[in-house]
Amino acid sequence: MSATQTLPSAPKRAAKRTPHKRAIAIFVAPFAVLFILFYLLPIGYAIRQSLLVVERDGTFGAPTEVFGGLSQYALVFKDNAFIDSLGRMLAFGAVQVPVMLGLALVFALLLDSPLLRGKRFFRLAFFVPYAVPGVIAAIMWGNLFSPRLSPFKALTSNVDFLGADLVLWSIANVVTWVFVGYNMLIIYSALLSIPTETYEAARMDGAGQFRIAWSIKIPLVRPAIVLTAVFSIIGTLQLLAEPQVFQSFSSAVTSSFTPNMTVYATASVPNSNLAAAMSVVLALITFVLSFSFLKFTQRKEAR
Amino acid sequence: MSTALESTESKASSHSVKGRSRGPRGPRENVMSRTVAMVIMGAFTLYFLVPIWWLVIAGSKDTGSILTTNPLWFADFQMFQNIGNLFAYRDGVYLEWLRNSALYAGVGGAVATLLAGMCGYALAKYRFRGREMIFNAVLGGVLVPATALALPLFLIFSKVELTNTFWAVFLPSIVSPFGVYLTRIFAASSVSDELLEAARLDGAGEVRTFFTVSIKLMSPALITVFLFQFVTIWNNFFLPLIMLRDESLFPVTFGLYSWNTQLNQIPELRSLVLIGALISIIPLIVAFLSLQKFWRSGLSAGAVK
Repeated sequence: MSATQTLPSAPKRAAKRTPHKRAIAIFVAPFAVLFILFYLLPIGYAIRQSLLVVERDGTFGAPTEVFGGLSQYALVFKDNAFIDSLGRMLAFGAVQVPVMLGLALVFALLLDSPLLRGKRFFRLAFFVPYAVPGVIAAIMWGNLFSPRLSPFKALTSNVDFLGADLVLWSIANVVTWVFVGYNMLIIYSALLSIPTETYEAARMDGAGQFRIAWSIKIPLVRPAIVLTAVFSIIGTLQLLAEPQVFQSFSSAVTSSFTPNMTVYATASVPNSNLAAAMSVVLALITFVLSFSFLKFTQRKEAR
Repeated sequence: MSTALESTESKASSHSVKGRSRGPRGPRENVMSRTVAMVIMGAFTLYFLVPIWWLVIAGSKDTGSILTTNPLWFADFQMFQNIGNLFAYRDGVYLEWLRNSALYAGVGGAVATLLAGMCGYALAKYRFRGREMIFNAVLGGVLVPATALALPLFLIFSKVELTNTFWAVFLPSIVSPFGVYLTRIFAASSVSDELLEAARLDGAGEVRTFFTVSIKLMSPALITVFLFQFVTIWNNFFLPLIMLRDESLFPVTFGLYSWNTQLNQIPELRSLVLIGALISIIPLIVAFLSLQKFWRSGLSAGAVK
């Protein structure tokens, strides 16, 4: 933001005039070094590995890594397991993210409306699942869905929640259960920061709560909703723990059910070059999706 | 806790005033809407809390009665016996896992918060070359999915023979780009330049001023960063999955996962998995509920800007 003020001055003079140089170094260096070591270096290393292929001299020769250009990437896009897992997660996200954020928005609006009593209780009760790690939540729901253990046997013995048709949506339920309350609180915090006077006039004109929510509150908390959507999109593509746990409950969850599971399975083959290329592709797709979603929503807002 | 609630209620007080003033003006928010709202919230309260209630009940039963008795009500209250069995199983490996999680998430989260806080503070309060570049790199880091780093980290760590060690999970956990982002925003608005000038005139060094004055002003953001980093590390799955083979290094969630995968061979592990799951979520629930005043204000700072 203030970049425009500092940048134009000649770099040499600016460097000489920077006061408190030592303190700045002490503050910034530890994070910067670790960021380079555990963020930038792995990214660079993954890209490098993804550009190599393993070659052998004959069938039993020693393997050597040689530069292979983009051939690993060609393999990634020909890898049906990876493409399928990607498609599965896109379908998952297209349903689960709107449902989860829709619920979170409704709850936040209800908490912010004068319609409810016991708001503090609801706020806490809905948020508690966020404190449950994904692995634990998946273990809990895996049991709740299983026909033998469930408290809802009448339902689970008739509907096969862990079968090939529904297991993806059972996992979606686990993710929703954990994260609705968290997203609700982010949106609710944004609602609390709207000054009451903003809808005082609308109320005087006889607008009901629903109308106020739809025409005034929702447009004002748009940035918070966009933020939660971006984090949800990133989270969806990274899904790993919940389906990995569900493998113990359902044979329908294959070892390449999600992109990250495919990466892990490929790395364990071991084929680390292909797995590295998959990681890079997945990170790029995540970045492009979340970034274009941001751009898309900003453009709509500007209109 | 009570202060936490007071502060949120005072924030919301304008709303309740509004609600009251509407009373005499007639039944705009009529009984119908109120009932629908309460029914929706009541139904979802069950959705959110019944699974936890089920876990409490399951944790109080032995393996046999988990399968045979009413899953939503107590049968034979065996909880303390189950806890005893859990802690004794395989020479107390579960306690080791709890300790590991406390170290990875507690110590790791604290170190991550301190480093991110110092960096965010410097980015907010000093002008120096490369400042914007660092901040942009950090913002990019927020968008990099952590799981994309797990595999290359594994390949790098195996080069230096650090896989299957404590450090393999700990070191990558102490970097929090999101923490830098949040503390920078917060420091810019909560630590005033006048105050820093005053400290300088008093002859206090920059680093000392940070640790004595600024850190207190930034505490809501720092607690938020700590809590979210704590949860991120506590929940981390890919890193232990790919890095660790030695059971004694597992964090508790990963340990429970490994038991859960053995249920087909060792069915009596089921009661241990469930009581272990129950015990492992209690610290997180307590931490979140007792510190909510802090992280909620930090959260809204991050969400609004």
